[in-house]
Amino acid sequence: MENNAIQKKLDLQKLLAPAALVILYVAFSIIAKDAFFSLTMVQNILESSYYIGFMAFGVTFIIITGGIDLSLGTVMMCSALLGAYTFKQLQWPLIAAVFVTVGVGTVFGFLNGNLVARLKLPPFISTLGTMMMSQGIGSILTKTQSQTWPIATDPVGGWFKQVFIRANIFGIDRFPVGALWLVGFFVIAALILHKTKFGRYTFAIGSNEEAARLSGINVDAWKVGVYTLSGFFVGIAGLMYAAAYTTITPGTGNGQEMNGITGVVIGGTSMSGGSGSMAGTLIGVFIMSVLKNGLSACGLQAPWQTFFTGLVVIGAVLLDIQRTKAANRVKKS
Amino acid sequence: MGETILRMHGIQKFFPGVHALNNAQLEVRAGEVLALVGENGAGKSTLMKILTGVYTKDEGTIEYFGQPIEIRSPKDAQDHGISIVHQELNLMQELTVAENIFIGREPSSGLFLNQAKQNKMTQELLDSLHLSISPTTVVKRLTVAKQQMVEIAKALSYNNTKILIMDEPSAALTESEIQDLFVFIRRLKATGVGIIYISHRMDELKQITDRITVMRDGQYVDTVDTASVTIDQVVQMMVGRVIYEEPKSKSNVTPGAPVVLEAQGLVSGDVKNVSFKLRKGEILGFAGLMGAGRTETMRLVCGADPKDAGVIRVKGEEVKIHHPKDAVAAGIGYLSEDRKRYGLCLGLSVADNTVMAALDALSGPVFVNDRKIKAESEKYVEKVRTKTPSIKTLVRSLSGGNQQKVVISKWLLRDCDVLIFDEPTRGIDVGAKSEIYKLMNQLAAEGKSIIMISSELPELLRMSDRVVVMCEGRVTGELDISEATQEKIMTFATKREVG
Repeated sequence: MENNAIQKKLDLQKLLAPAALVILYVAFSIIAKDAFFSLTMVQNILESSYYIGFMAFGVTFIIITGGIDLSLGTVMMCSALLGAYTFKQLQWPLIAAVFVTVGVGTVFGFLNGNLVARLKLPPFISTLGTMMMSQGIGSILTKTQSQTWPIATDPVGGWFKQVFIRANIFGIDRFPVGALWLVGFFVIAALILHKTKFGRYTFAIGSNEEAARLSGINVDAWKVGVYTLSGFFVGIAGLMYAAAYTTITPGTGNGQEMNGITGVVIGGTSMSGGSGSMAGTLIGVFIMSVLKNGLSACGLQAPWQTFFTGLVVIGAVLLDIQRTKAANRVKKS
Repeated sequence: MGETILRMHGIQKFFPGVHALNNAQLEVRAGEVLALVGENGAGKSTLMKILTGVYTKDEGTIEYFGQPIEIRSPKDAQDHGISIVHQELNLMQELTVAENIFIGREPSSGLFLNQAKQNKMTQELLDSLHLSISPTTVVKRLTVAKQQMVEIAKALSYNNTKILIMDEPSAALTESEIQDLFVFIRRLKATGVGIIYISHRMDELKQITDRITVMRDGQYVDTVDTASVTIDQVVQMMVGRVIYEEPKSKSNVTPGAPVVLEAQGLVSGDVKNVSFKLRKGEILGFAGLMGAGRTETMRLVCGADPKDAGVIRVKGEEVKIHHPKDAVAAGIGYLSEDRKRYGLCLGLSVADNTVMAALDALSGPVFVNDRKIKAESEKYVEKVRTKTPSIKTLVRSLSGGNQQKVVISKWLLRDCDVLIFDEPTRGIDVGAKSEIYKLMNQLAAEGKSIIMISSELPELLRMSDRVVVMCEGRVTGELDISEATQEKIMTFATKREVG
């Protein structure tokens, strides 16, 4: 049947993302040669995938409900800034700063959720608002001073990097501890999305919010939950960013959300809601991270990376439109 | 009746793996209304798409005024004078009637549009069709029926239309609007246009069509004069078997059955002090014209909209319903007339949709129980005889009747005792209809209580034990099935408040 042919095409598209990841990696290895094909580069790719990954895990839930979160990047920076601020300026213990970082992300998520679900603001607008608010708050509280998290050799907080990024353990030099966190939370996020009521309702809301509501699902409450959970993940992203890059500059983070969102969309989650998977997101995240590091290995600096990210965003959304079209064709025939 | 202007013969159409049309044929005469009927999937749409150039045929001939022609694109069809009015209106709501009719071919003088000329041309067109619509009216201010007529006028405005295809033109219209449409159609056919009329509503065929062509499974069945057949015979040709269509003679409710649902003094914008009682095992019909407030009343009962006043009692106890979840918790399930919008998550599977309202019971402390979900979904697929390849099939790929069964399964699994069916057979083909009827009867016999809103009187008379009639937001009458007739119901349904 025609349906089967289209279904097969849809299934094939699922392989597109993993294939793209492999092709990109091989291509960069050939083009940039030694600068890319090295252990250091693998480590760099991993380390920049941590924060993108956590942003992407969170926003996967939101995008599946049919929403969007543009505040990912700035909230991540805001939480990392405020965490460092409590540690350095207020002299709070480092462990408290860690909780502050995750807490700030969660609070912003909760705020987004209420704006969207209870006050019925379009997600695009409400998160655009919180995007600017979070960027502002980060700058105001830190008086636009860069904040630094402890470096690995710091006698007081040296454990920070060892716990979240890399450490000399298991007899391995510079073991990527962050990868354990990433994989661990990936498993948790995937279980929540695919194996719990929370996840099932996330799909139901994205597929048809009104039908879900009429089925007796408290849609508003679950949506607040989805944005809050996403905020929690963004908070962890802030932590990972802090651990990887140490210095946080106020006023940045704008545009980082695109790394997360693009990762999700490349991974096969539909911008129109109702379908997606966490495994896809993980692949998408690595694509973004390989791209980022590959471009700089080719000698292309930040402006080029921004340019290519933009290009990939457009490509990913085009792909999403094609997928939706194919799915609709199944519906009609 | 005029000469034959169109003859399609031996039409074959293959899609990958599907023989969509097998030797289909069709003949249209000048100045007639030809009904084209058949169940969903019978091939009506495919045949019409071939006629209008959306698809090209694989085999067969099309003769037009005695000449064989090829229709390769929608423009070819347009050039030949073959137009179609689609079921969904395609007008731009914010533009005027004239702008809509001449969109894409606006008369202009130099750089600028010539609005005056456009309005004048539109006025002439509307006058020639005896339509009292102003060319400068913004379309959204017109009733759906008027919009439909504008759409038809637009179709006719392309150079001399000889064949007009109308795809379910009455689907969105009220009873009186349909009558207006029919007057219009009769006028149109007097001008010699051949009209192909596609409809699922059998009662209309008798009123407006001259001949009926029946299709089944992509094949031509027969063409008959409307005057010489009964509706039952047509239905029989469509489904290839006899379908039972007799009114119920007496109530099946056991005397003294307890009241399971009672609504008292429901009030909201369109609902004015509505009260009714529903007994165990009863099928309570709700009759009324479009806009009588039946759907609005039921949306209050199931918590979809907030009510201004009124009390709802379930099994004698008052239940506060502020949100659909309260109604669901009280065992009230609502099956909307618009399944795709309010009833189903089309992009999710049969299983996901089936368990949607009952996930609490199918989850452990943390995870959902996929094994239980599978078992329950399969159980209900079997119980209501949903035709689906598997429970993992996406609901969007099922037919209307089977989608309806998935919604029914959802509420049965949630253990709802009160099921509110709003137009349960709308858009469902005849064979599937009778299955839905059987299922409803079976559920009532098992002790479920059912409210059925329907605009089709024969359906109400066939299914209901009792009929409540509404008009303009009020209950204007109540009839036991033993005393109910179409005439009595219509009298109540038009009993407007004086003053």
